Amino acid sequence: MAKRIDISGLSAYYGNHKAIDDISMTVEPRSVTAFIGPSGCGKSTFLRTLNRMHEVTPGGRVEGKVLLDDENLYGKDVDPVAVRRTVGMVFQRPNPFPTMSIFDNVAAGLRLNHSYKKNKLAEVVEKSLRGANLWNEVKDRLNKPGSGLSGGQQQRLCIARAIAVEPQVLLMDEPCSALDPISTLAIEDLIGELKERFTIVIVTHNMQQAARVSDRTAFFNLAAIGQPGKLVEIDDTERIFSNPSVQATEDYISGRFG
Amino acid sequence: MDIATQTTSPSPPSSGPETTLASKGSSHAGDRVFLALSRGSGITLLVIMAAIAAFLTYRTGLAVSKDEANFLTSSEWNPAGDPPVFGIAVLLFGTIVSSIIAMAIAVPVAIGIALFISHYAPRRLATPLAYIVDLLAAVPSIIFGLWGAVFLVPYLDGLNQWLDTYLGWTYIFDKTSDGVARNLFTVGILLAIMILPIVTNVTREVFLQSPKMHEEAALALGATRWEVMRMSVLPFGRSGIISASMLGLGRALGETMAVAVVLSPSFIISGRLLDPGGGTFAQNIAAKFNEADEFGRDALIASGLVLFVITLLVNGAARWIIGRRKEYSGANA
Repeated sequence: MAKRIDISGLSAYYGNHKAIDDISMTVEPRSVTAFIGPSGCGKSTFLRTLNRMHEVTPGGRVEGKVLLDDENLYGKDVDPVAVRRTVGMVFQRPNPFPTMSIFDNVAAGLRLNHSYKKNKLAEVVEKSLRGANLWNEVKDRLNKPGSGLSGGQQQRLCIARAIAVEPQVLLMDEPCSALDPISTLAIEDLIGELKERFTIVIVTHNMQQAARVSDRTAFFNLAAIGQPGKLVEIDDTERIFSNPSVQATEDYISGRFG
Repeated sequence: MDIATQTTSPSPPSSGPETTLASKGSSHAGDRVFLALSRGSGITLLVIMAAIAAFLTYRTGLAVSKDEANFLTSSEWNPAGDPPVFGIAVLLFGTIVSSIIAMAIAVPVAIGIALFISHYAPRRLATPLAYIVDLLAAVPSIIFGLWGAVFLVPYLDGLNQWLDTYLGWTYIFDKTSDGVARNLFTVGILLAIMILPIVTNVTREVFLQSPKMHEEAALALGATRWEVMRMSVLPFGRSGIISASMLGLGRALGETMAVAVVLSPSFIISGRLLDPGGGTFAQNIAAKFNEADEFGRDALIASGLVLFVITLLVNGAARWIIGRRKEYSGANA
């Protein structure tokens, strides 16, 4: 079910401002790819172009191609709603639906798709919660609101909600930046398990995290404030963190700027 | 409508930097003035409410004790007669029926307008549209009444005929008299237009506050625009919609001039909404107050007390509905 993503010549704009410029890269299936780079370099924007969430922002617009196993997400007849059902997303701040119970949160995407059988719903919800390592903590209070959980649990609930619809790709936008170290560890372990089933792309500010969880790392940078962000290099994580081919990457990783 | 929450006890003044620890309190004149002001305002509000209630109850007692008919169930209004006979059944019926019609029309339309302004319309269109809705709220009710009587009533004749022809079998749309449309149905439509701005504005404000992160959560799951509304915006705005509806209902229940101008009143209870007749509390008071003697006025005040109680109950019910799902209210957002 996991698919390869081929991005070529992708630029994204906010109105007239170009946020990212001409990015091309390949994201391997069943692997974790981390995006790192200083604030404002457009890595979150780039992530949001991969499930067509960027264009939701007023003035947001995209040029270029994103191929998901040969199908262009920005093709003429492609429905962005269908894209988002295939490419799931987890956000920076945990955002379970506050008016829904834990169960309904996980079931929300399934109910949208109408592609489930009623009696299967409970099964899928359990499977997804187990997949997000949350089942044991919430199995006795599935009907309680999701907003009653701790931050880390809420984030795992959001991951359960995202994987319940069996997406091809899972995008994570700094999923741990609002969490304490223990919750962060839980999520990182989870990412390691999820990559067996999904293609995962994660944006992170935490370089140790990138080093811990990812197989490949892409480093983004911008020439100056107000300039569009660019992809500097993408390589195996090990190589990026030990012997990167571009000097700027090494400077960033060793903490000399950013 | 916020009596209960207005009187929250203020928290004790926090002590400032270390140097003021010894002279605790003396350097917080501002705090004490504010405390006195806010507490005083809260108490004043309660006193006013109590005074109104006491006045209404006292005068009602004077009137109802001499009433020879059952005050709640009689459908006659003749306090000047001998013996005096009056009851509120007709008024209760007319008030509730016209308000229900108004709510049934206004609330869905208001939610639609509010969603359109807050989430669908491009900003170029949304701003003027919101402004126009605000303007509608500024129109005095007597103007609505005149417009209703002069313009709306003749135009509704056709609609009434149509409803009678095709929906007459429902009884409520069965028209038995040839009179013009000065009926409860027209009053309901007029009231709907009058409460539309307040309901729209309050729901719009709530929808605008709907957290972006929950809308994005729905979008990222592959929700269409309408599904985003259903999953995040509407549930978030639920208590706001209820409060807005209740505000509108409060206005519809108490609306006087517009109803008085449009309705051709009569003291009968009829489920046939298209036949002229009926009456509402406020309309009846406005129509009869000037010609009533002392006792007649007490009788009208008694009917006013019933309206007062209904309004209180409506607000109480709204609070209860809102409070019931507090843990789902999105306080986490």
